[in-house]
Amino acid sequence: MKAILTGNEAAAWGARLSRPKVIAAYPITPQTSIIEAIAAFIANGEMDARYIRVESEHSAMAACIAAQNTGVRTYTATSAHGLALMHEVLMWASGARLPIVMSVVNRAMAPPWSVWTDQLDTMAERDSGWLQVYTQNNQEVLDSIIMSYKIAEKHSILLPTMVIEDAFILSHTSEGVDIPEQKKVDDFLGEYEPAFKLDPDEPAGFGSLIMPEGPYMEFRYKMALAMEDARSEIRKVVEEYNQVFGREYAPFVEEYKTEDADAVMVVIGTIGSTAKDVVDKMREKGKKVGVARVRYFRPFPTEELRKIAKGAKVLGVVDRSYSFGPGADLFAETKSVLYGYADIPVKNYVMGLGGRDITPKIIEKVFDDMLRVAKDGVVDKEVEWVGLQGDERWS
Amino acid sequence: MYEIRFHGRGGQGSVVASKILAKAFFMEGKYVSAFPYYGVERRGAPVTAFTRMDVKPIRAKYQIYEPDYVIVLDPSLLSAVDVLKGMKENGYVLVNTVKTPKEMQDELKFKNVATVDATTIAIKHHLGSQTAPIVNTAILGAFARVSGLVKIETVMDAIRESAPAKQEENAQAAKDAYESVNMGGD
Repeated sequence: MKAILTGNEAAAWGARLSRPKVIAAYPITPQTSIIEAIAAFIANGEMDARYIRVESEHSAMAACIAAQNTGVRTYTATSAHGLALMHEVLMWASGARLPIVMSVVNRAMAPPWSVWTDQLDTMAERDSGWLQVYTQNNQEVLDSIIMSYKIAEKHSILLPTMVIEDAFILSHTSEGVDIPEQKKVDDFLGEYEPAFKLDPDEPAGFGSLIMPEGPYMEFRYKMALAMEDARSEIRKVVEEYNQVFGREYAPFVEEYKTEDADAVMVVIGTIGSTAKDVVDKMREKGKKVGVARVRYFRPFPTEELRKIAKGAKVLGVVDRSYSFGPGADLFAETKSVLYGYADIPVKNYVMGLGGRDITPKIIEKVFDDMLRVAKDGVVDKEVEWVGLQGDERWS
Repeated sequence: MYEIRFHGRGGQGSVVASKILAKAFFMEGKYVSAFPYYGVERRGAPVTAFTRMDVKPIRAKYQIYEPDYVIVLDPSLLSAVDVLKGMKENGYVLVNTVKTPKEMQDELKFKNVATVDATTIAIKHHLGSQTAPIVNTAILGAFARVSGLVKIETVMDAIRESAPAKQEENAQAAKDAYESVNMGGD
């Protein structure tokens, strides 16, 4: 069935089709319309789940953890400060190996208050042990939720997943979306089979105290292995999903005209969608540019980015957030995995923070700057803030 | 690709209009995207919303700066907002007003103007209140005629499927506006 859905309605549909048994959530703009839509599904009898209203996001995640521990699928959604408030329990969810799926609508962190898109909220949780998949349109929002349950629930993985969408640019934008048939989703996902659960007949303790000589370190090591193993599972599940539902997702990095590109823009989220139009326009002028849109930030697409860098003369890494380290996160990690593998200039473009609109014109200027760096062979300025007020170079 | 920008005031239904129009295009097999400029909306404050339509998938994920069509739901906005900002030279402006296209051409200093008295139509069909009529569905009927991009029957169907109440009254308001819109000329 094809319908016009906002990104948040698409998320609600993705959750509904995956049949979670417990939803626990707390409202926050721009996420709220996801849980409103789910509440309506449940109230109308279209979704068979228990909806738990809680007093904070910390409690929402705690409730999902407890429910998932009883052996059922759960779902929640949040943004920005809500995600930050969950921080402590995010670590619990992953450490307890509970395959919870959560939508995060990227929103800037205050102050000053901003409800618009910015990826700092999820980037700040990159070490939480959750898989992170970023989307570029509403179809991908819906499909990624279904795929995420299948990947996360695999007993060799058992790590929770954030399915991430840009605020307003997706969350409140209506697009045509193909809603898969319930039966097909049921067949694809199957019944949830917990690897372990709270069971009065087989009492067990979870998350007990471990002394330094105990297996704490081994637990963390197993999580690291699971994150690595997730790569092959993601590849498998995405391929299967493409086949069953007629989609064309790349598992880790969507490459657009990168094969012969001199300058490749590495980017996450909706900027990567607009950038494809810019690539077509610049190709007409004979400029060899391409886009690599990163879908999974966790696990990080190490091999894919190394391969892309091998054929390019420059990589421009676009971050829609900033971390106060050696450049922003996507840039710092991209550069880190290229060390020893590709000797090309890599430059960081920080842009679109707090929802500032990224137009084709700005993207074209960034590509032109990348081509200049490729020609010069050196990076003049490693971290470039694009479009600051008063800086006319990008407008 | 066609790009349409709506200017209205909070409470008039501009955002809903952008979605209903997208739905109508979608029902005719087009690719669409509709979104508000999401600010801190208050009743009466200026609101901007956007609709994109194309025959191929839409990858553009930014606001509309150079519209093909501008739809003004409230004539009092003309003195408060630059509704023609970035307007394509051969673009078209549709204004809800009792004035004629000629009068609006002079006021806006722009050649392609159509006008429709959507306010009177909305009041006639009891949409909203006498003092705050909801004109969004009527104006879409006028847009169907002015643009020729979508059939009035499809717009009426999209309205019937989308309106939370008074579905038929809203659809008829669109039809009235379709028939009464003034595109100037002879």
